[in-house]
Amino acid sequence: MSPSAPKSASSFLVIGERTNITGSPKFAKALKAGDWDACLAIAKQQVESGANVIDINVDEALIDGEATMTKFLNLIAAEPDISRVPVMLDSSKWSVLEAGLRCLQGKGIVNSISLKDGEAEFLRRAKLLRRYGAAAVVMAFDEQGQAATRDEKVRIATRAYQLLTARVGFPAEDIIFDPNILTVATGIEEHNNYAVDFFEATKLIKATLPHAKVSGGVSNVSFSFRGNNPVREAMHTAFLYHAIQAGLDMAIVNAGMLGVYDEIDPALRELVDDVLLNRRPDSTERLVKFADDLKAQQGGASKTEIKEDLAWRNASVESRLSHALVKGIDQFIEADTEEARANSAKYPRPLNIIEGPLMDGMRVVGDLFGAGKMFLPQVVKSARVMKKSVAYLTPFMEEEKRLHIASGGTAKPNGRVLLATVKGDVHDIGKNIVGVVLACNNYEVTDLGVMVPADKILATAREKQVDVIGLSGLITPSLDEMVHVAKEMTRQQFTMPLLIGGATTSAAHTAVKIAPEYVSGVVHVLDASRVVNVVSALLSADQKPRFMAETAAKQEKSRVEFAERRNKRPLLPLTEARARKQNFDWTAVDIPRPEFLGARTYSTENSSPATGHMSLNEIVDFIDWGPFFSAWELHGRYPDILKDDVVGTEATKLFNDAQKILAQIVADKLYTAKAVIAFWPANAVGDSVEVYADESRSRVVQTFHFLRQQLEKPSNQFNHCLADYIAPKESGRIDYLGGFAVTAGHGVDQLAAEFRAKHDDYNAIMAQALGDRLAEALAELMHKKAREACGYGKTENLEMKDIIREKYRGIRPAPGYPACPDHTEKPPLFALLDATAATGITLTESNAMHPASSVSGFYFSHPESKYFAVGKISKDQIEDYSARKNQPVDVSEKWLGPNLDY
Amino acid sequence: MGTMVQAHNLTEADFRGTRFKDHPHDLKGNNDLLSITRPDVIEQIHGEYFAAGADLVETNTFNSTAISQADYRTESLARELNLAAVACARRAADAAEKRFGRPCFVAGALGPLNRTLSMSPDVNRPDFRAVTWEQVVAAYTEQARALLDGGVDALLVETIFDTLNAKAALFAIDSLFDERGEASRVPVMISVTITDASGRTLSGQTVEAFYHSVRHARPFSVGINCALGGAAMRPYVEALGAVAECYTTCYPNAGLPNAFGGYDETPADMARVLGEFAASGFVNLVGGCCGSTPAHIAAIAVAVRGKKPRAVASAEPAMQLSGLEPLVVA
Repeated sequence: MSPSAPKSASSFLVIGERTNITGSPKFAKALKAGDWDACLAIAKQQVESGANVIDINVDEALIDGEATMTKFLNLIAAEPDISRVPVMLDSSKWSVLEAGLRCLQGKGIVNSISLKDGEAEFLRRAKLLRRYGAAAVVMAFDEQGQAATRDEKVRIATRAYQLLTARVGFPAEDIIFDPNILTVATGIEEHNNYAVDFFEATKLIKATLPHAKVSGGVSNVSFSFRGNNPVREAMHTAFLYHAIQAGLDMAIVNAGMLGVYDEIDPALRELVDDVLLNRRPDSTERLVKFADDLKAQQGGASKTEIKEDLAWRNASVESRLSHALVKGIDQFIEADTEEARANSAKYPRPLNIIEGPLMDGMRVVGDLFGAGKMFLPQVVKSARVMKKSVAYLTPFMEEEKRLHIASGGTAKPNGRVLLATVKGDVHDIGKNIVGVVLACNNYEVTDLGVMVPADKILATAREKQVDVIGLSGLITPSLDEMVHVAKEMTRQQFTMPLLIGGATTSAAHTAVKIAPEYVSGVVHVLDASRVVNVVSALLSADQKPRFMAETAAKQEKSRVEFAERRNKRPLLPLTEARARKQNFDWTAVDIPRPEFLGARTYSTENSSPATGHMSLNEIVDFIDWGPFFSAWELHGRYPDILKDDVVGTEATKLFNDAQKILAQIVADKLYTAKAVIAFWPANAVGDSVEVYADESRSRVVQTFHFLRQQLEKPSNQFNHCLADYIAPKESGRIDYLGGFAVTAGHGVDQLAAEFRAKHDDYNAIMAQALGDRLAEALAELMHKKAREACGYGKTENLEMKDIIREKYRGIRPAPGYPACPDHTEKPPLFALLDATAATGITLTESNAMHPASSVSGFYFSHPESKYFAVGKISKDQIEDYSARKNQPVDVSEKWLGPNLDY
Repeated sequence: MGTMVQAHNLTEADFRGTRFKDHPHDLKGNNDLLSITRPDVIEQIHGEYFAAGADLVETNTFNSTAISQADYRTESLARELNLAAVACARRAADAAEKRFGRPCFVAGALGPLNRTLSMSPDVNRPDFRAVTWEQVVAAYTEQARALLDGGVDALLVETIFDTLNAKAALFAIDSLFDERGEASRVPVMISVTITDASGRTLSGQTVEAFYHSVRHARPFSVGINCALGGAAMRPYVEALGAVAECYTTCYPNAGLPNAFGGYDETPADMARVLGEFAASGFVNLVGGCCGSTPAHIAAIAVAVRGKKPRAVASAEPAMQLSGLEPLVVA
């Protein structure tokens, strides 16, 4: 063993003695004063100094040992930097040791038991230690007293060893003998050999009692040199050196004061060794003289002062605050907080410090926690440092508030937050942390506790007029309960944001299951460190729109991904999907015969040969303004959006600008709108629809091919195909398919170009957005005419807003859109409509319409026709479809790429 | 069990039965109560697992302590719940033994409690504890006594996220063995839960530190269950297998809970992961926790059939201490 070996944990254990009330005056003072922070700092400093185990002793006449031991151990449990090491419970009272054992989740050591109170008591305690699961220090003490000599030490140790292993099955490896390190150089001759007795007893115990360990409290040896640290330190260092050579496994020492034997001043080392090894009769006097001289020289100053690594103190105040939060160090937090606060140029308000450096620090904590680099107790500690800093700032914030009120302002917390663990769930650790973090940030927190039913949550939210509701849950059924709460909030017309948190919750579940149930905003909060950012963003008029837009976008992405994953479920074979079509009783279905067959055309040009004339004004009435705002990334329902607290101003400005340009377009006829609609006799043949030259149905002039949903659905739903809405040929009935092509795009590019030429991109985009709106409005207007032509449209009596919401009978799906995703159905449709001649719309080689502000599609008048998405389809349908269309499979695959499930 | 109970879509009325018709607190979700109010369902579920190839089932007693039941104001039922649960499992096991001609075992499950001895629920008072050691020991003593009275073949202290709670359970069990005589001793199985990517228990211990904390109970087995899916558990199962001087077990969830609160891993997925653990010599006993159905167990049984069980670790005795981290003194 090399002289520097004591620090090697693999071979020798350093048991920190600084949290021993008898070994550390500083600890004793802090403990008596109830200064727990100081007690914890001492414990932490020991571990940082390299203690492998910490010895805890609170034995003092005026201290309630059991309560103090319990409290200190529970405090330590919340300090991962301390509790990472095992604890040695040190007390002369069994009841204190037992109280300690009831607080240790790790396996610790009890110091100590002995035969002092007789064999029966010794065995009783040993048996309990086995049950609690602890190693035991066994003192060389028996009914007769303390063993001083080598032989007495070994005799008692051997007796104890045999009792423990044979009578209670105590594991030999968990027995640690303390053969008593007694004070030397006392001037009493019998004491001179005490160190030697210890070394020799250690050697014998290790040699004769298999797997047993030897320990000792080293500071005792130098007790006669109290007040002379250099000498004591040298004695401890030298004692350890000799004892370890004899086989000592561990010792209770001041972990920060471990010296190196080779580095002891040789003169002093010689004198110390003389004493320890009892080499000369006058060794004590010689050491005492040396010690006195040394003390005189140094003025009694202690040579070593243990400092923890404080390099971080030299960094900027922001870094220091962050460091303190991440490390959970609250020692300097108030000073640092004050330093930041005093810098009023940088932090005009105390709250700026919380929202700035403190939350930055908590964000780091959250990231580390998320990455598994910190664990819960550390996060809790960080939250405490946070609270301390906030507590320091609170009076300043109150003063600010007072001045604010004095100058005529209103008193208000940052906001009111309601927290609850949902019904059926009793877990609340995370929620409690969230509550503290929010309270620290000047939110008024109402915590309803656990297992809270939705009704109570919502009633309280109303009563307290909270700004945000936060739901927590750990178990999976809580997810459904959260969905329930969201639904209830919608039903009861709540508007405040809803936060979701807890171990089983996820951003994905929130996006897919909860957010769609409550449009006012549902936000998943990953952990407590994020909650203040989220809540402050939600309650800030400036930040909320962007935050909600980002959240909505993320949730939408999540839903799309989820839907895609779901769609990867095996698809039904085409034959089975067809068997699951929606069947109608074709003898009973109302099939209206349109007033006209063939095409009718419309135009806003007076000179047009079109069969019908229309005006731009007429089209404007049919504009659905909702998508207009979406195009500008403003989200909300028209017309409510114009009065929205957050985006209302901007939306109104945009809307007014649009009205101005639109008025100009209409007045100056800047755009030309054209449309063609038509009806043809038709019947379904399988998944295709045959269009006939006339009602004799003897000549097929065109066949449209549709696709069928193949995704497996619940038994009460169908696998739809548009062809299902047309009477099948075998029904014997004549049905009619409609078609249309409309454009409002002539003139759009010119107007946009004029604006662009003036570097007015805003109005250029406006010109295009209005073109699109007008085209869609024209499609709506034509659809109304088509319904009127079918008869039922004449009596539908719908207000414009209901028309825009498509509350009428029939649908107008467009090729290239979800119900009929194949763009290659456009050329036959255009051919049949003679659309290019009628409207000027041309198809590009990718079957896009030009001008862009155009719409084309089919009319289905079946009373139960609905929009649907074909979704994923499999190879069997592609092959069937290609055969029907008489086109190569690879061509179909190219056009339907996004729909392929393979 | 929970997954299978959920699949039965039981209502508040099912949970209440006639006996608890007027109970002052909601009872739906108190799955343990079904051992009394719907023993047919519980027995049937056990039977399905045996039929799938399980050698051992655990009783429906995860929350059957006075402390956990207090949430439903059914704390006075703790003993009865345990006796009823053992009876359900015992009937299923006896029937399965007859039907399949192989031994079918019942382990009495002791869950983690809803209150922890190592952690404070109040961040402002880190020294506060919502429950005392004495209360926890008393609750586990009542439960373990009833499980033993009911006739379980083993005790399983499981889904441990706070080791101190587990130590209290082991303390209670050891006291009972002492009280009832050595002959009453049944194998004690212990299973911990690693909650996240840090590879630690919720109370902060590493797997090795945890093992050191419970080794004194002379367990029949130690293992890992719940929380993570099997694949994510691999490093911890391996670490435990390397140090445990007893059998090791692993019964993961069927993957992490998905967005639905369901579980994504198929029987084939779980069987592949656990089969690999067995082939790698990490484990002696495998199974499934949340989300694993009889179909999962059937696939797992096939995957580990014929695999050589792990050899129990043996080393020179050493003092094995722990805080949150392990410390070995040779």
